[in-house]
Amino acid sequence: MDLFTKFIDTYPVFLKGMQLTFELTIVSIVIAIFIGLFFAFLKISNIKILEWIADLYIFIVRGTPLVVLIFIFFFGLTALNISDFLAVVLGLAFHNGAYIAEIFRGAIQSIDNGQMEAGRSLGMTKSLTMRRIILPQASRRALPPLGNQFIIALKDSSLASFIGMYELFNVATTHGSLKYDYMSYLLIVAVYYLVLVLFFSIIVHLIEKKMSSSD
Amino acid sequence: MDESIMINVEKLNKSFGDLHVLKDINMVVKQSEVVCLIGASGSGKSTLLRCLNFLEIKDSGIVTIGGEKIEKETHDLNEVRARVGMVFQHFNLFPHKTVLENVMEAPIYVKKRQKEEVMKEAKALLKKVGLSDKENVYPSKLSGGQKQRVAIARALAMKPEIMLFDEPTSALDPELVGEVLSTMKELAEEGMTMVVVTHEMGFAKEVANWAVYLHGGKIVEVGHPKDLFTNPKEERTKNFLDSVL
Repeated sequence: MDLFTKFIDTYPVFLKGMQLTFELTIVSIVIAIFIGLFFAFLKISNIKILEWIADLYIFIVRGTPLVVLIFIFFFGLTALNISDFLAVVLGLAFHNGAYIAEIFRGAIQSIDNGQMEAGRSLGMTKSLTMRRIILPQASRRALPPLGNQFIIALKDSSLASFIGMYELFNVATTHGSLKYDYMSYLLIVAVYYLVLVLFFSIIVHLIEKKMSSSD
Repeated sequence: MDESIMINVEKLNKSFGDLHVLKDINMVVKQSEVVCLIGASGSGKSTLLRCLNFLEIKDSGIVTIGGEKIEKETHDLNEVRARVGMVFQHFNLFPHKTVLENVMEAPIYVKKRQKEEVMKEAKALLKKVGLSDKENVYPSKLSGGQKQRVAIARALAMKPEIMLFDEPTSALDPELVGEVLSTMKELAEEGMTMVVVTHEMGFAKEVANWAVYLHGGKIVEVGHPKDLFTNPKEERTKNFLDSVL
């Protein structure tokens, strides 16, 4: 049986797995963006204790393998009657939030200080200037690295298979072991990931194009 | 106090760390006066200007705006800044907003005014600075002189009592300086109270009621620009003028 027939035979299951991968990625990234924004603000707050809290968070995430975090969240949260899905999503979000915090911090700090001064000189408060002037410009600058992080998160979601989530990678290895044919299904799943990544890249590219209309 | 006094500065001091930038500055600007601050870089002239709209907060002394003594403990500085317009050397236009949106931003979001009404005024202001045809253009498409005129319109949109200019033409190509200066001159003729940090001696001579020469954080000499530039009393003023004229 050639690779293409295997692909055709298994695509309903793989599509199901892809849906779960997609959901894990989207939900965790959305939560991670809020976490990231929150910790980015802590880091630029100029308040030592808040900066330390943000540093500690980023230190913990950077210093622990994602798979360990996922297991900790899984065993820790499911004990509290939280669904497997949500436990994994929170683990992924906790991990990505740290990287997104650094992306946002860098983007905000890259905006010329004159922008804040111009806003203030017009009578705008610090927070209004941040919201109306700095953040719109910073988010444009954050978009390319954010898109990158998005793709990393998509691929990292494969680690959810370790705790039994039936996402893409798990579908592939399950088929592989059932049919004693790992190689075929790993190649097939690689194609699914490539297509997903391509899809996201195109979307990010379109948003970038739309947002850069003022250049 | 004399009602026509718009800005009164008494014994103003400001330091950045160990650096004492402004030393016991005294200055009075009356309604409709144009004052030029001149001096070498590092003389404190920009810092003085920034203390007048509280982008820098004084260490000690008194700053009075429109007869009101302003203290950060008793005043909402945002409200005070809305009354004092500022134009920067590097324009600092909002690059993600069109020219018209730049001008409309503060009246809508600070003063919470009606959009239609603000737009009408903003268009009138842009017409005044000669940029009606650029309303829907983004700042990146403008020349330096055009950017600076938009920045002036943006500040005027808040209907300030006073306009401050921080080296408004220093970042411009020489051929674009004139258009900005003539906009400023027009503003002066309409009776706007203005404080201008500048190296444009010609403009100072023509428009300013008086000029202030600062050196090392102190006011060295004050006078009518024509007298000050042609007959400086102080040796330091003379040296400075020799180097720039």
